[in-house]
Amino acid sequence: MALKFSSLLLDRVIRATVLAVFTVLLAFPFYWMIITSFKQNVDLYTMENNPFLFNAKPTLDHLKFLFTETRFVRWLGNTAFVGVVVVAITLFLAVPAAYALARLAGRWGERLGIAIFLTYLVPPTLLFIPLSRVVAFLGLQDSLWALILVYPTFTVPFSVWLLMGFFKSIPRELEDAAMVDGLTRFGAFLKLMIPISTSGILTVVIFTFTLVTQEFVYALTFISSESDQMIGTGIPIFLVRGDVYYWGALMAACLIASLPVAFLYNLFLDRFIAGFTVGAVK
Amino acid sequence: MAVNAARIKSDGTGQSPFLSTAMFAPAVLYILLLVGGPFVLAIFYAFSDARIGNAELHFVGLENFRSILESPSFRVAIRNSLVFTIGSQIVVVVSANILAIALETAFRGRGIVRFLILLPWVAPISLGAIGWKWILDSIYSVISWTLVALHFFKPFSAPMWLGEPHLAIASVLLVHSWRIIPFSTVILLAGRTAIPKDIPEAAAVDGAGFWRTQFQIVIPMMRPILSVAVLFGLIFTFTDMTVVYILTAGGPFDSTQTLPSLAFALGIQGSDLAAGAAISLFLVPLLVILAYFMLRVARRAEVS
Repeated sequence: MALKFSSLLLDRVIRATVLAVFTVLLAFPFYWMIITSFKQNVDLYTMENNPFLFNAKPTLDHLKFLFTETRFVRWLGNTAFVGVVVVAITLFLAVPAAYALARLAGRWGERLGIAIFLTYLVPPTLLFIPLSRVVAFLGLQDSLWALILVYPTFTVPFSVWLLMGFFKSIPRELEDAAMVDGLTRFGAFLKLMIPISTSGILTVVIFTFTLVTQEFVYALTFISSESDQMIGTGIPIFLVRGDVYYWGALMAACLIASLPVAFLYNLFLDRFIAGFTVGAVK
Repeated sequence: MAVNAARIKSDGTGQSPFLSTAMFAPAVLYILLLVGGPFVLAIFYAFSDARIGNAELHFVGLENFRSILESPSFRVAIRNSLVFTIGSQIVVVVSANILAIALETAFRGRGIVRFLILLPWVAPISLGAIGWKWILDSIYSVISWTLVALHFFKPFSAPMWLGEPHLAIASVLLVHSWRIIPFSTVILLAGRTAIPKDIPEAAAVDGAGFWRTQFQIVIPMMRPILSVAVLFGLIFTFTDMTVVYILTAGGPFDSTQTLPSLAFALGIQGSDLAAGAAISLFLVPLLVILAYFMLRVARRAEVS
C-alpha cells in the first residue's frame, strides 16, 4: 500500500515536472513579449540589466507609439476586413459543396472530397510565383482584393473537408422526413441542414478567420504598400525602420494580434482536431 | 419505408444529380482555376525564361533546371529543407508523445496549461518568429544574458545565435519544432483519449510496466493517428518559408536558405520568375509521397 502510494506520488511529480518544463519552453516567447512591451528603452537596451526584471519603472510608451505613430490599427482593420470577406466567400463555396459531396454524389462524392482535401496540401510556397502574375494581370497588385481572391484556395479545401465530416454525422432520416413532408432536397438543405449545422458552420468561420490571420507568403508577395499590410506582414516588416527594431512596440503588437486568435482557436479546438483526424480515430 | 419513399422521390425526379453538381461545382471550379491553373503555370514558367517586367516568354527546355542544379545555394537549400523538416519532426514526435502522456489524465488547471502550450501553433507564425528573433538577438539576447550570468560565457562573448551558420540552422530547426509540437500534441492526445481505458489497464494488471504498456500496446494502437500527426508536421515544415524569412532571411551567406525561401529570393525579389518556379517545383516530389501516405492512412481507417 505504501509502495503504491509513493509510486503514485512519483507519477504525479514526474507529470508535473514534464508539463512545467514544456509549458515554459513553449510559452516563453509570449511571456517575453509581455515583459518587453512594458519596459522602458533604457531598461531594454542596457546589457548589464537583468532582463527578467523591471530595472526601471514599467511604461506604456511602446503601446502609445504603436497605436499613434504606426499603422498598426490600420493593419488590424485590414486583417479583419479580409477575414470577414474571405469567411463569406468560403461559406458560400464550401457549405453547399460539402453537403453535396457528403450526401448526394455517393462513392464518387467521397473521392472528390478527398481530392479537394488534397488541394489543401498544395502549399502557398508552390503557387505564389504564378499567382503573383495572375494578380498582376488582374491589376490587383497592392490591393487587399488580391488576398481576398487567393485566400479561399486554402480555406475552402479545409472547410469542405471539415463540413463533410459534420454533415455525415447528421442522420439522413431527418432530411428524408422533411422531404416526405413536402420540402425539396435544396429546401431541406436550406431550412433544415443549415440550421442544425450552426456549430459546424461556426467552426468553419473561426478557422477560416484564423487561417487568414496566420497567412504570410501571399501577403508578403502581393502587398508592398505600408497601409495595405495584414498584421502578419505589417508587424515584422514595417515596425522595423531601416535597421532599427522597435522591440517594445514590436512585441506589444505581436501580443495584441496573437491573443484574440489564440482564444478563439481554443474554444473550437476539438472540432479542429476532428477535422485533421477524420478516419484515423474511431 | 418513409426513407425509401423519399429516396425514390428525389432520384425519381432526376433532381439529385443535377442539384449535387450545381452545389459543388462553384467550389470545384474555383479550385481548378486558382490552384490547378497556377500549378500548370508554375510548370510552364519553369521551362521558360519568364522574368518580372519582361512581356516576352521563350521556351528554354531544361535550362533552368540545369543552372539550378549547378548552383551551390540550391544544394544548400535542398539540404536545409530536408534537415529542418526531418530534424524538427524528430524533436516534435518525441516531445509531443511525452507531452500527450503528461496531459492525458485530468488535473486542475489543465485548460490553462493547454492554452499556454497551444500558443506557438495558434499565434500567427510570423509573429512567433519575430518573438524568437528578439530572444535570439545578437546583443540583447536573453539566452546569452542567462548563459553569461551562469558563467558559461564571458560577457560579450556569447555566440550570435542567428549570425553563425551552424547555430542559425539549429535555431531555425528548433523554432520549427516549437511551432509544430503543440499541433502534434493535441492530435496525439485525441488519439490517446480514443483508446478504451481498459486495454492499458488490463496490460498493467498482467504485469506490464509503464514503458512496455506505452511501446507495445498504446503507441501501436495509435499508429494511424501518429501517422496523421507526422505527415501534417512534415508538410507544414517542408513548405514553410515564414520562419526562415523572419529569423535569418536565408542568411548568413545563404546558409539557412530553404527551397521556398530561395524560390522567393530569386523569383520575387530577384524578378527571375522562371528560376523561382523551377525551385518551388522541387517541393512536389516529397509532397506527392506524403500525400500518398496520407491517402493510405485515410483508406485503411475507412476499411477497418
